Amino acid sequence: MSLALSTQLICFLLLSGALLLGALGVVLLPNVVYSAFLLGGVLLSMAGLYLLLNASFVAAAQVLVYVGAVNVLILFAIMLVNKRQPLRPMRVLLLRRLLSVGVCLGLLALLVQVALTTSWSVPGPPSIGEAAITRIGEHFFTDYLLPFEVASVLLLMAMIGAIVLARRDVLARDVVTGAPADQALLERQRPPLLPSQDGSSPSAPSP
Amino acid sequence: MITITDIPLQAYLVVAAMLFCIGVWGLINSRNAVRVLMSIELMLNAVNLNMMAFSSYLDGAQVRGQVFAVFIITVAAAEAAVGLAILLSLYRNRDTVDMEQFNLLRW
Repeated sequence: MSLALSTQLICFLLLSGALLLGALGVVLLPNVVYSAFLLGGVLLSMAGLYLLLNASFVAAAQVLVYVGAVNVLILFAIMLVNKRQPLRPMRVLLLRRLLSVGVCLGLLALLVQVALTTSWSVPGPPSIGEAAITRIGEHFFTDYLLPFEVASVLLLMAMIGAIVLARRDVLARDVVTGAPADQALLERQRPPLLPSQDGSSPSAPSP
Repeated sequence: MITITDIPLQAYLVVAAMLFCIGVWGLINSRNAVRVLMSIELMLNAVNLNMMAFSSYLDGAQVRGQVFAVFIITVAAAEAAVGLAILLSLYRNRDTVDMEQFNLLRW
């Protein structure tokens, strides 16, 4: 992307700031709906960083797939399982949080150390800029053809698997009359796998 | 077309490392199962940012990092779909999204 250095720097700083603040919000906000919307912002800032890195095709794929599909899917899941329940308090929660902060800071220090001390062989070969789209297409249909096809099979399997996992068991016949049910909205009552932990008895077994 | 050696490569790597660590922290500490999936998305995005930075700075002629990033995006989409389907089915069975109560396999 042909921008002046100062413009590039300002874009980089703005996008990284939005990225990191949004990621902190995703992790820390108590309301999970706000987290999901902030995740959309994080993914959009990531697409902006891809544009700064001369990758317009991947930026478009990021917006289409992540913001358009994955984020919407997460929002749908939140609406489907949105149960406002007070979480049971745990004994060592604070200690666990502090320990994990320590672990994550250590990991961050390690990664930053590696990134800063390795002598990267920059500058590499000159960037081909907007011709990257053509190059990606060549890669997909020559030397990365097998992974490309396997990825499509993987998507098909994931689609079928998601449908099978999330499908409801429906009653094929009306309970009272025995006639075949013409609409699949009656969900069979399923007993939970274990009795619930607050001591209440499990629900009645299914007919 | 100017070269992009102006912003150092390490800046992108540090940003990606921070994003990855935020994702790890959220993965460990979230009690809502949907938030765990969102943390996994954050980590996958951090890896993608590394791929794109290396592809642009070290492999400018053959942009293989972008090809790998497209594959990662594909796998992430499949993972999100299957993960949310598992979550839905789990919610129907246990009637909760609290990670601390998904302890069927705990010894």
